[in-house]
Amino acid sequence: MSSTVIVTIISLSLLAAVSAIILYFVAQKFHVVEDPRIDDVQAALPAANCGGCGYAGCRNFAEALVAAETFDGLNCPVGGNEVMKSIAGMLGKTAGEADPSVAVLLCNGTPQYRPKTTRYDGVVSCQIQHNLYLGETNCSYGCLGDGDCVKACGFDAIMIDSETMLPVISDDKCVACGACVKSCPRHLIELRKKAKKDRKIYVACSNCDKGAVAIKACKVACIACNKCLKVCEFGAITIEKNRAYIDAKKCTFCRKCVAECSTHSIMEVNFPPRKPKVETEMLTING
Amino acid sequence: MNNQLNVSLSPHIHGRETTQKLMFGVVVALIPTIIASVIFFGAGAIITTAAAVISCVTIEYLIQRFMLRKPVSITDGSALVTGLLLALNLPSNIPLYMIVIGSMVAIGVAKMTFGGLGNNPFNPALVGRVFMLISFPSHMTTWPAPAGFATGYIDAVTGATPLAIIKEGIKNGESISELMLKIPSTAEMILGKIGGSMGEVSAIALIIGFIYLLYKKIITWHIPVSVIGSLALFTSILWIANPDIYAGPSFHILSGGVLLGAIFMATDYVTSPMNPKSMILYGCGIGILTAIIRIWGSFPEGVSFAILIMNAFVPLMNTYIKPKRFGEEVKNG
Amino acid sequence: MIYKTSHTFPKGGIHPPEYKLTQNVPIKPLPVPKSVIIPLSQHIGAASAPVVAKGDHVKTGQVIAAANGFVSSNIHSSVSGVVSKIDTVIDASGYRQSAIFIDVQGDEWIDSIDRSVSVISEIELAPEQIIEKCRELGIVGLGGATFPSHVKLAVPKDKKCSILIINGVECEPYLTSDHRLMLEKGEETLIGIKILMKALHVEKAMVGIESNKPDAIEHLKELSKRFDGISIHSLTVKYPQGAEKQLIKTLTNREVPSGKLPIETGAVVHNVATAYAVYEAVQKNKPLIERVVTITGKSLSAPGNYLVRIGSPVNSLIEAAGGLPDDTGKIVSGGPMMGKALQNTGIPTSKGMSGIILFPASESIRGETGPCIRCAKCIAACPMNLEPHLLANASMKAMFERTESERITDCVECGSCSYTCPAGRPLLDYIRLGKSTVIKMARERNLK
Repeated sequence: MSSTVIVTIISLSLLAAVSAIILYFVAQKFHVVEDPRIDDVQAALPAANCGGCGYAGCRNFAEALVAAETFDGLNCPVGGNEVMKSIAGMLGKTAGEADPSVAVLLCNGTPQYRPKTTRYDGVVSCQIQHNLYLGETNCSYGCLGDGDCVKACGFDAIMIDSETMLPVISDDKCVACGACVKSCPRHLIELRKKAKKDRKIYVACSNCDKGAVAIKACKVACIACNKCLKVCEFGAITIEKNRAYIDAKKCTFCRKCVAECSTHSIMEVNFPPRKPKVETEMLTING
Repeated sequence: MNNQLNVSLSPHIHGRETTQKLMFGVVVALIPTIIASVIFFGAGAIITTAAAVISCVTIEYLIQRFMLRKPVSITDGSALVTGLLLALNLPSNIPLYMIVIGSMVAIGVAKMTFGGLGNNPFNPALVGRVFMLISFPSHMTTWPAPAGFATGYIDAVTGATPLAIIKEGIKNGESISELMLKIPSTAEMILGKIGGSMGEVSAIALIIGFIYLLYKKIITWHIPVSVIGSLALFTSILWIANPDIYAGPSFHILSGGVLLGAIFMATDYVTSPMNPKSMILYGCGIGILTAIIRIWGSFPEGVSFAILIMNAFVPLMNTYIKPKRFGEEVKNG
Repeated sequence: MIYKTSHTFPKGGIHPPEYKLTQNVPIKPLPVPKSVIIPLSQHIGAASAPVVAKGDHVKTGQVIAAANGFVSSNIHSSVSGVVSKIDTVIDASGYRQSAIFIDVQGDEWIDSIDRSVSVISEIELAPEQIIEKCRELGIVGLGGATFPSHVKLAVPKDKKCSILIINGVECEPYLTSDHRLMLEKGEETLIGIKILMKALHVEKAMVGIESNKPDAIEHLKELSKRFDGISIHSLTVKYPQGAEKQLIKTLTNREVPSGKLPIETGAVVHNVATAYAVYEAVQKNKPLIERVVTITGKSLSAPGNYLVRIGSPVNSLIEAAGGLPDDTGKIVSGGPMMGKALQNTGIPTSKGMSGIILFPASESIRGETGPCIRCAKCIAACPMNLEPHLLANASMKAMFERTESERITDCVECGSCSYTCPAGRPLLDYIRLGKSTVIKMARERNLK
């Protein structure tokens, strides 16, 4: 009895020792010399693996950061400037300041403004519908509403509004990784510079058709009437291919173009409501 | 135009085939076999079949409705087919609670855990059957003798299957020629007047079902023919080498579940390969494994094991065996 | 040369119900509408450039848009009248495209066109002149792909064309325009084939016709006795026999190598309607301004075959066939297997439109989709021997590299897989998505 116990203990110990030796040599042989800083940098990154930096994942980006001479053009949109600064400190380099941005939908063709003319019967996919025809409405440039961007978003920042049939992007959740921009077959999503209080002024239309055709398809289409171009004092507005575009970097949020736009295709978001002049006067009289 | 036109990608027409029609086609093809089993095993066959079908369909309904909270799709007929096939693989005098447990394993474990219809790697009915075979070995290996329509349910007289007779006999050192006298005649085996699971006894009924399936283009010939062909070839070689200890091909084909397995179980859409080349390889694998298990294994019958083992290779075959594409290798002269 | 004994292609294919409602209805000319819209891209290749301006008077047969490059085509006015505008219009492609709008005034043809009914069988022009004539008069393939014919006739120097194959298969259900054309203009079509043979320097031409058109086969067989080198072949009915690669396989037993053009097999394929258009262009100097269009549908009161001026709106055809039925749910241009659904009835007819099919609402909506049961019916139906279920699944999951290695680009988009799928899965929708993505990826790779 006791001999069995002893034999067992000895044989198992021997087996363990042999395995340990083999493991040790194997580990030596296959040891990969890796910069230990990569692990530290990766730990500092948000681990979203969204690909917003242009690399496949956070690990690849960490490798690129460690290998990089300067941080020019390297930016983690999810972590933002803070994360980049802390990594720069870690690696003894300086991080550039990148403007935080947010995704914005350049279409406002709700069913109310953009009547349906056909019924699409097929796979719910913007790409497939886009390859087939111009969509359920007569606008060849507008949102198809099948939600390819919703599927592409890894942060639950986009959902389709059941009333407007358009995607709604949550400013708080959006990290500007750009996945939705790539997923949209009609290139309707733009990453725009974030402003104070998430204020936004942009042309919510991408229609490149001539004004008459565009307005027939959708009541809030940009018809390239040039009114906004004339009223803008900062040269932020350009008109190309029959539609206006507001440069978020030049825009000062004066809101003059919004009032001027005859088709209401320029949107203002997160602004306090305008006080009509009459009302203001009334208030002064009363006060 | 007041009504909006539909726009979709081509094709704009669709053949009238549906999953439901295919499944009910299989059910129709099984009718002769069910009739044969009722003729030979009486009331027990009806009770067992009804119990398996009802429990399979109910379990699928309960899982879809209350566990997955998905739309219920029991009307597609796949649970019905699983229930029927499970029943036909059982002895007709098996207790009801065992059938319910078998159905739970078949539908709940083998089918729904993988994502329901179309996603299960193993044939659900066979998983249920093998589970029962291992859990309730004595009930699953004592078959009622085919006493005709008047046979009762539980009190049926039991009898051994031809395969079990041969297996035992070889173990006891008897020669095949002696054993052949103990088993039913070939004519009885074709008709089905032998002991065994409900669905596997009547060769003629199964072949009628096979012809119907081929006529309706529900299955192709590849799998059944290659299973039976490879089994026949393999056992013939052994039989010619030593007819004293190896039974001949006709015995192997007609006994046990070979025909039921080859025609209805191995051809299950979901768990069989998709292109003709791999179908033949898969069929040959089943045939040869069946023969190996029967002759050298510890179980007298091996069709269900053979099919389940080959099911495991199906994803591999689908990935690596490819049909020759049009214009791939061109020999223009 | 090896000829096959069984007259169909070996792998895959389906047998959809035929519904050839109009096969006994003779071709009638459609009255010239009040105005026409002539799209500028009716062919594969660059859109033509307009050479007329708003307010110009044009005559029937006059060039109104010139070819824009080698793979492009001239476009001629199909009516006489005044150009009212040059604007965009939603056409059969599903998108807004440039088009010339003409208000019709009278029907004045340009003088060079021979409008007599006499049949001219003597071919006077040299091969190069024939090709030039096709280019000048805007001849494109009328089978549906609308590939400019002069490009197809100009065989590259390093390749040799040994046989001309004429596609009279018309394997799509419903359509009968080619069938009627072969019956009514058989002699002209055969002369057209002769002209094509001369242009290609070949001695042999094979005409493939499916056996569901016995009258056309008989008629052409009788006529072909007078023409050397043209043989008429009756083929077993099976869709998609009319696909170029399948037809070559059926008639010559040669396979077009994957990713290559049919000329690799020494064969050039033209449609019967193209042969007739070539006859009219070469012998009568008539540009491609008219074509036979089948207007059909189970609910139409008077389906028929019409000789239509290109650019006539679809609703003028529907009016001629008895008016738009109330329950119309879908209008398809081309055949039901490969045609495109139209968005409205104002869409103009174009060179590639062989038929207009009206589907009642009940037949115009797809059925429910179930899970794939791996029945392999799509594999059995695929004429290119691909695995449609795999291609569709991989495309759905955006695994485009996988679809490329599974040869998604070989797909001819015949629709047999979607047609047979018992689970009603939209296989071809996904395959198209994968195919277009893979082609885009390959193009980007080549640029690098």
